[in-house]
Amino acid sequence: METTRREFFTQCSKLLILTATAAKALENTGTPPGPDDTYHMAEHWWGMIIDVDQCIGCGNCVRACSKENNVPQGYFRTWVERYQVTEDREHPLVESPNGAINGFPPATREDVKSFYVPKLCNHCVDSPCVQVCPVGATFVSPDGVVLVDPNYCLGCRYCVQACPYGCRYFHPEKEIVDKCTLCYHRITKGLTTACCESCPTGARQLVDLKNPKDPVHEFLRNNKVQVLKPQMATEAKVYYKNLDGAVR
Amino acid sequence: MSRFFRDSGHLIRPAVVLLAVLVIFLLVRSAVIPKAFGQYGHYRPAALNLNRQKPTVFAGQAACVGCHDDQAKARAAGKHAHVACEACHGPQGTHADDPTALKPTLPDVATLCARCHEKDAAKPQAFPQVVTAEHSGGVVCNTCHQPHNPHL
Repeated sequence: METTRREFFTQCSKLLILTATAAKALENTGTPPGPDDTYHMAEHWWGMIIDVDQCIGCGNCVRACSKENNVPQGYFRTWVERYQVTEDREHPLVESPNGAINGFPPATREDVKSFYVPKLCNHCVDSPCVQVCPVGATFVSPDGVVLVDPNYCLGCRYCVQACPYGCRYFHPEKEIVDKCTLCYHRITKGLTTACCESCPTGARQLVDLKNPKDPVHEFLRNNKVQVLKPQMATEAKVYYKNLDGAVR
Repeated sequence: MSRFFRDSGHLIRPAVVLLAVLVIFLLVRSAVIPKAFGQYGHYRPAALNLNRQKPTVFAGQAACVGCHDDQAKARAAGKHAHVACEACHGPQGTHADDPTALKPTLPDVATLCARCHEKDAAKPQAFPQVVTAEHSGGVVCNTCHQPHNPHL
């Protein structure tokens, strides 16, 4: 088929407009929020890997998170649960005394399966909490962290109800909703999160899924990995290794 | 011409009102919507910086080892090689910023060691655990074990 001059110019201008739009979009997602800043949001995609078989329930992560983020007493951005699974698998005994901020009293029953499960915000890609916010105060950042805009949150607590993992709470003094920020103020400076920093066994590790050198890729390839409540289709980014089916 | 306006007045008047409402709506909208809203998504980009501005409380492993490399070497030789300094010593961000501002206090060994090493059926079996009361009979752990390299 012959291309007429008119068709040629039409195609060219279409291509030009598309390229310009794409360039603009790339510029928007790639530029850092601060002026003199080496951190580029578009180059990161944060998540966490948790090795359930390494967790000893010491509560170091809970204490560290509390101090780092000034979490009000009685509220938790991360916590540890102890599961004791008897033959009645549907009803395991789950304990988390005060979020495990002071650890656990020792479990003595050797005849039941028991283990610790650290929990935190799963930083879902399709986050129910983000979907329900009526004012756009909670969002998934370009680097994959679910954050709250403290100036725009109304404190309506719709997101607290929407989160399937119970990871949000109403801050009693600020009167806005508060949650795990994956230590956004730390990870954007090249540090790891407070919970990962203080974990003595390496049971939890901050990972960057966009970094090809990150050990997460090997971890996901070599291990049997599960996310919490996969039936909710939230695309959670906290991956648990060897997670027992009794964990909810 | 005048006849045109007289005959079409019933159309022009609502059109003017509609236009005025539209202009007011656009003005209010531009005043109310925060700057750059929607640049990355349905939120204010400024919220990203708000979340980044908090001071760090934990200094991080690199900051500790920068000065205390002797302790880091001692630790690297033992079983605690992969335990970060602040896991036991607590948050030292203030100390790292200005070493004279805050002198870290030594952790209380009586509670510190037991938190990880007290016998517990829910802990992974390979993890070293003892019933502290039977193990030492009340003698504090660092009488025998050096915390940085606990092997006897």
